[in-house]
Amino acid sequence: MNGVTRPQSPDGVLRLAVIGAGPAGMEGAVRAADGAVAVTVIDAGPAAGGQFHRQPSPLLHALPPASQARLPSWSPSWLPSPALAPHRAGRGWAALKSRFDRHVAAGRVRHLADHHVWFAERAGGGFRVHALVGPAQQSSIRVDADALLLATGAYERVLPFPGWTLPGVVTAGGAQAMLKGSLVLPGREVVVAGTGPLLLPVAAGLAEAGAVVKALIESADMRALLRPAPALAAAANPGKLAEAAGYAARLAQYRIPVRSRHVVVAAHGGERVEAVTVAALDALGHVLPGSQQRISCDSLAIGHGLLPHLGLALTLGARVEDEPAPAVVVDGEQRTCVPALWAAGEASGVGGAALAQVEGEIAGRSVAAWSRGPRRAWQDEDHARSPAWTSAERRRGRRREFFAALDAVYARDVTWAERVDDDTTICRCEEVRAGAIRRVLRDDAASDPRTVKLLTRAGMGWCQGRMCAPAVAGLLAERSAARERGGAEGGGAPGPSALVSSRPFARPVPLGVLATLPPDEEEGTDEQP
Amino acid sequence: MARDSVCDVVVVGAGVVGAACAYYAARAGLDVVVVDRGPVAGGTTGAGEGNLLVSDKPPGPELDLALLSTRLWRQLAAEPPFARAVEYEPKGGLVVASEERGLAALNALADEQRRCGVEAEPVAADRLRDVEPGLAPGLAGGVFYRQDAQVQPALAAAYLIREARAAGARVRTGETVTALLRTPGGALRGVRTGRGELHAPAVVNAAGVWGGEVAALAGATLPVRPRRGFILVTQPLPPLVRHKVYAADYVADVASDSAALQTSAVVEGTASGPVLIGASRERVGFERGVSLPVLRRLAAAAIGLFPALATVDAIRAYLGFRPYLPDHLPAIGPDPRAPGLVHACGHEGAGVGLAAATGLLVARVLLGEPAPLDLAAFRPERFAPPGAHTRRGEDAQPAEETEASKC
Repeated sequence: MNGVTRPQSPDGVLRLAVIGAGPAGMEGAVRAADGAVAVTVIDAGPAAGGQFHRQPSPLLHALPPASQARLPSWSPSWLPSPALAPHRAGRGWAALKSRFDRHVAAGRVRHLADHHVWFAERAGGGFRVHALVGPAQQSSIRVDADALLLATGAYERVLPFPGWTLPGVVTAGGAQAMLKGSLVLPGREVVVAGTGPLLLPVAAGLAEAGAVVKALIESADMRALLRPAPALAAAANPGKLAEAAGYAARLAQYRIPVRSRHVVVAAHGGERVEAVTVAALDALGHVLPGSQQRISCDSLAIGHGLLPHLGLALTLGARVEDEPAPAVVVDGEQRTCVPALWAAGEASGVGGAALAQVEGEIAGRSVAAWSRGPRRAWQDEDHARSPAWTSAERRRGRRREFFAALDAVYARDVTWAERVDDDTTICRCEEVRAGAIRRVLRDDAASDPRTVKLLTRAGMGWCQGRMCAPAVAGLLAERSAARERGGAEGGGAPGPSALVSSRPFARPVPLGVLATLPPDEEEGTDEQP
Repeated sequence: MARDSVCDVVVVGAGVVGAACAYYAARAGLDVVVVDRGPVAGGTTGAGEGNLLVSDKPPGPELDLALLSTRLWRQLAAEPPFARAVEYEPKGGLVVASEERGLAALNALADEQRRCGVEAEPVAADRLRDVEPGLAPGLAGGVFYRQDAQVQPALAAAYLIREARAAGARVRTGETVTALLRTPGGALRGVRTGRGELHAPAVVNAAGVWGGEVAALAGATLPVRPRRGFILVTQPLPPLVRHKVYAADYVADVASDSAALQTSAVVEGTASGPVLIGASRERVGFERGVSLPVLRRLAAAAIGLFPALATVDAIRAYLGFRPYLPDHLPAIGPDPRAPGLVHACGHEGAGVGLAAATGLLVARVLLGEPAPLDLAAFRPERFAPPGAHTRRGEDAQPAEETEASKC
């Protein structure tokens, strides 16, 4: 990016488009606007805040206070997507929202809520972002910008198991979104299962909202979290540790049995889920024979951590890595390898709302510095060692370290594939079972997600592989390991990003909308005045 | 020498053409090794629609090839697992004209095609919607081509590869051919790959859009170039498009020499539900960037044929590179410049359809048996070396006019 002359806009003001209005997008927009950049924030949500600060539907404010009082009233700031945050995230969120709102009121930030980005492209030295206008989504608008900040957030990783497609099985984040957005519970008797820090507040939140949480099933060893390891303690600030420790109390308060190093091996039921079978894992992560136990329930909330939305970044040509975790590759100022393209928040590596916000701050400041002239990147300026930079960098570093330590506790479930029988559905959209995928891995020597997709349709459907990519990657790894044991070259399985890399649309777009895009696109002309 | 490094023929390329070559050669008893630097169907095959068409080919050598291939695909389809395994649908194609003038040209073409053995039935304007109920009103008329069919191309390649393996072929994916080995006399004696040498008296160049690079390893010129195409994929739909349906101007676009963007509506349903919308043609090298103007034109053209598509979601778009030669005919047959090298590439947008015939012809060449079709028009050495008459960056012109077809 250094050395790239910034494009000259008609009125001389740099235009930044921000995709996503979560903590990273909001903070990035605010900081850029502070620096006299003209910002447009495009976001699918009805209000700013993203997943973390999801607001209940406006209708719900009409509920009697008694029903509101039953809502969970706390939220841990280091978690990616916890319960009703505004109460607890408190001053930080209120301050961010007020700074954001002030810029919106002053016209320095244009906030396009309920706008659904379906495509972004490079154009005229800058970017062109296309978004469907909700809720009808039958028309598309175009935002032209000189710079673009991707703050596209994350979605839940779900690893399939027998029975996971039964009605009543929801994602942990989905359960929380129902609770936060519509104040609805997934069921009366809930099992929360999977892995990751999200499960704790989901279990506690569901209990606070009145559900009976029959068990919290976590495949990682949670003792490392509840009695933090030295690395975690060193990286965390005391407040966060207190939050973590507070869970033991809350889970105990609601009498939620916690099974650490356990997994759900199957969900059972006819019309909907009626019970789950859980089992203990041995030291190597294999199911301990004889440890299976049935728990009756009417719903199951599952989650296996978060994955960043990388589609737009890939379409724009940004470098993306799968290891150690999927992320857009950024430099110290959150710049991607594509000129004038920044990424912050979960997009540049899952790490929670607090990290996202400071990354947004750095990105926004960097854009503002860049707007003052070519090569005037923030760190290059005379205040390179300014307190603002030093402070932001320190906060980011601390939060990254903390999340890395937390992530280490929630080590990846490497034995997942051995619990998946051939009948288990892997791709819900196209109804592809594990057996069909294993067959092409074995008989057609498929060794990459694209070939699996071509030969089985896994990942070709509505969600375009967002859901099944981790599972397909897991089956590829299983095959690769088997080949290595057999003496063949394993070659390592490619990561999930390979499945989404050739997908230009960030979301489905009606053909009628596509067909009636303004004709000036045709000539590839520069921005309209 | 280790048994696994010697064979009768090395097929370079595990796309549908290489797969068909391996299939026919292995079933004829040859010891075949298929080598591809990527996976099965990793190149143009995996980005195609899977058309088995005779309708878009005017009389000439390519139509003869297509008619032979159609018969062979039907024979393959007679093997019980085939149709289900590769989503084979002998559903026919409907070519429509929006105006009288276009219809006259279409009917004239159909007359000529019929004389070559194509089944082409005129469809009057008022009968079009009996054939395709979703078609827009007001079209001038069309021609129905019963022989047009469809497969899912990656599945077709995988099926042929599996069957070839069942007949003894070996398949080595993820292995790049880095050199062609030659005897002092210039004849081929095998290939070198990233993992060692493979010794064989014959090498088949089925490297598709990279066929020119493989030819160059033998010092031979074969000007295969990429011609980019996009396909839009809709959400899965209940049957809306029964046949392959396209506008009459598609035929002119296929034959065009222009480097500029051409789009013509080609719409078809698939066994799995989504509707596929093509076809665009541009010569932009291997540029992989998504072009919204192209997708816009494809969407508009498709809605022009099927108005109900306007409210249907496109969930995906993908692109591929058709391997084309300057005269739009493939290179099939032995290369006199490098004895032992047999070409099977440059099929442009018709590789899936022409694969079966190409595979059979290549197998006959390898066995030294007479081919059921005159290969003269497909001679790989028919192009002048680059730079002889053209400036850099331009396409080499064919050394001579394509020979007249036998019909």
